[in-house]
Amino acid sequence: MTKSSIIRSVALGALLATGAIAAPANAQDSVYFANNAYRTGPFSGSGIPIGDGMRDYISMINERDGGVNGVKIVYEECETGYDTKKSIECYEQAKSKNTIVYSPWSTGATLAAIPRAHIDKIPILSMAYGLSASADGTNFPWVFIPPFTYWDGASLMVKHMAAELGGMDKLKGKKLGLIHLDAPFGKEPIPVLENLAKKYGFELKIYPVAAADMQNQGSLWLSIRRDRPDYLYNQGWGAMNPTAVKEAIKNNFPIGKLVGVWWAGGDDDARAGGPEAKGYKSLNLNAAGQNFPAIQDILKHVVEKGKSTTPKDKVGENLYNRGVYNSMLVVEAIRNAQKLTGKKVITAEDMRRGLESLNITEARLKEIGMEGFATPTSISCTDHSGHSKAYVAEWDGTKWTKPGEWLEPLKDEVRPLIEANAKDYVDKAGNWPKRTESCEKSS
Amino acid sequence: MFYREAGQYKTNYAADMAVFPLRQDRIGIAVILAIAFIGIPLLGNDFFIASVMIPFLVFSLAAIGLNILTGYTGLISLGTAAFMGVGAYSCYKLTTFFPGVNIIVLILVSGLFSAAIGVLFGLPSLRIKGFYLAVATLAAQFFLQWAFVRIPWLFNYNASGAIEVPQRTLFGLPITGASATPETRYFVCLGLVVVLTWFASNIVHGKLGRSWMAVRDMDIAAELMGIKLLNAKLTAFAVSSYFAGVAGAMMIFLWYGGGEANDVFTIRLSFTILFMVIIGGLGSLIGSFFGAAFLSALPTALKFGLPALGVPIGGAAAEHVTFMLVGALIIIFLIVEPHGLARLWQIGKQKLRTWPFPY
Repeated sequence: MTKSSIIRSVALGALLATGAIAAPANAQDSVYFANNAYRTGPFSGSGIPIGDGMRDYISMINERDGGVNGVKIVYEECETGYDTKKSIECYEQAKSKNTIVYSPWSTGATLAAIPRAHIDKIPILSMAYGLSASADGTNFPWVFIPPFTYWDGASLMVKHMAAELGGMDKLKGKKLGLIHLDAPFGKEPIPVLENLAKKYGFELKIYPVAAADMQNQGSLWLSIRRDRPDYLYNQGWGAMNPTAVKEAIKNNFPIGKLVGVWWAGGDDDARAGGPEAKGYKSLNLNAAGQNFPAIQDILKHVVEKGKSTTPKDKVGENLYNRGVYNSMLVVEAIRNAQKLTGKKVITAEDMRRGLESLNITEARLKEIGMEGFATPTSISCTDHSGHSKAYVAEWDGTKWTKPGEWLEPLKDEVRPLIEANAKDYVDKAGNWPKRTESCEKSS
Repeated sequence: MFYREAGQYKTNYAADMAVFPLRQDRIGIAVILAIAFIGIPLLGNDFFIASVMIPFLVFSLAAIGLNILTGYTGLISLGTAAFMGVGAYSCYKLTTFFPGVNIIVLILVSGLFSAAIGVLFGLPSLRIKGFYLAVATLAAQFFLQWAFVRIPWLFNYNASGAIEVPQRTLFGLPITGASATPETRYFVCLGLVVVLTWFASNIVHGKLGRSWMAVRDMDIAAELMGIKLLNAKLTAFAVSSYFAGVAGAMMIFLWYGGGEANDVFTIRLSFTILFMVIIGGLGSLIGSFFGAAFLSALPTALKFGLPALGVPIGGAAAEHVTFMLVGALIIIFLIVEPHGLARLWQIGKQKLRTWPFPY
């Protein structure tokens, strides 16, 4: 660990501690929000920018507006190191402190928390990760997975491929390779891709990467060279992504045909490939960069006032902005819950109602200074994901850009699979609590 | 003054060979059990029971398992996590096949599968020793972990590859699944750990345990004395894996409550349990509990306890401090007392016997 990161983490600790000590003083008009973070361990490279973005947006809302309608958000991070065991501890901690929403930040942590959350009545916000089937709100009233699921992502990859080739009918006879982390997270897109391959007549090649071999993909790329897939979809996380980019360059795979899932779109993932990584693509749900009023406000009210540990030049990186996006969803859901219940200080159950009728329109995005930052998303009682649009981001050598338009996932393909899977999950669990929560009209 | 055997006469062979020869020790055990069965459920809050006590019990059992192999028989294994995984996955498959059978029975039976796999991977121990055996058990770790991801039958073809723990009841009270309270899960864990520890204590103090220790101290001498190495080593693997398997099933069913199981049983977990055994004390059952408490409960206590006491520390900083503190403590313990916490405990008791007038 470098010296600066020690100082940073100590400073962070102090910052968090002051937050925790200050909490009881204004307990009347505050809500508590626990977020899992991983600033340690092998995934910290991705975890730090995300955690920074989440924290800074909440601080900005507290600093600029004095909280949401005057209610401060007491934000606390619980360090997980991307370890399921520690995530479970963090869940218990969040529960005992009455968090209004649980933010697991790992698929493993989400899977472990889903059954408990339905008993403890704590909403889970797993933003574009976690259990794809949980988009079925009828069976999973307490889990929210906006703006889309991994299965939507897989369908978007096929759509992107078709768009570049010139139409869905051109997919026939093409080869799509999937590089994936050999873990539940990585295997998520396989069923959707298999269905689509059958339907559109393209061939699917699967290249699993064991977690222990994340940085050692040499033999895998030999098979890729042999198979010559037309496109590669990378469902990777952590150290696996920069390695895949480097290997693609080394093996002369056309870098523009390598598309990562949104978690493979870190600035450092692409930067690892050097200048030749220019053209690397990744699905994305948020825009990168600082040119948004909301990000400017973070700079003005938080970073420049020394109230954050984020270096100024890291603000606006892709994963940082994704953290901002996640916090924005939390803040908007709190606002919505306040409106629905008429209460100022909301509870976890109110938060669930707020999330379930969350409707972020284009106009709302403009109001909160995020025009063009993300696309409108709306959640309903049955659809807890929204299956919103994503775009294919491109690395221009120094930053992520948005060359194309927002694409809609193939919802017709994904939705039946989600419902079938949700039913299967509920059947196997046995005694799964039936949904008793009433349905809110979308606001 | 209080801890002295004066006046306690041993009048028969059984009393002479008792595991706890002193009356004070027997009282002590009774007090500990009373605290565990009555005090903690009454006084502890949900967080303490679910995040400190249940993990501690699960790790204690796993550490006892490894201690039987490494501490009592002298065979180093780096595959404990994989054997735990076998227990967890077989328990999951058993609940699918026999949904009517009580889950506690299934948890105990799943250890048998783990024992069988353990014997299979223990076969090389007849020819190889020391570091070479450690490498051979590494093969078990990697192969089994691979199998957990790659054989979809093991997780019932679940799309996300996760184990989902169904709700099971005992006397109408849910003991697994999300609606089981931490207290009930704690009682089940505690019951299993107490019974199995008693079982382990009887084995290691009996003929089998003595043959293991003979093999550990010098296998050639043991062989000359008529101990069959094949039997001794393979029973050690079987019993050790049984304990690991039960611990693994408990881990997923009573502690985690489902999730990405293949993510849990990694080499890191194997090492953690090996460290528990080394720090707790090789060849000591109480040492297994000390080691588990030190490496599982202490980090949690530091991470959540310090902020609760008002020490200004949080998030990642607490994690870094825990790393440093636990690391330093490990080194200190290994320098000051290489035989582990169990030896420290023994020295303490010895000192107490002569207190306050040491001679």
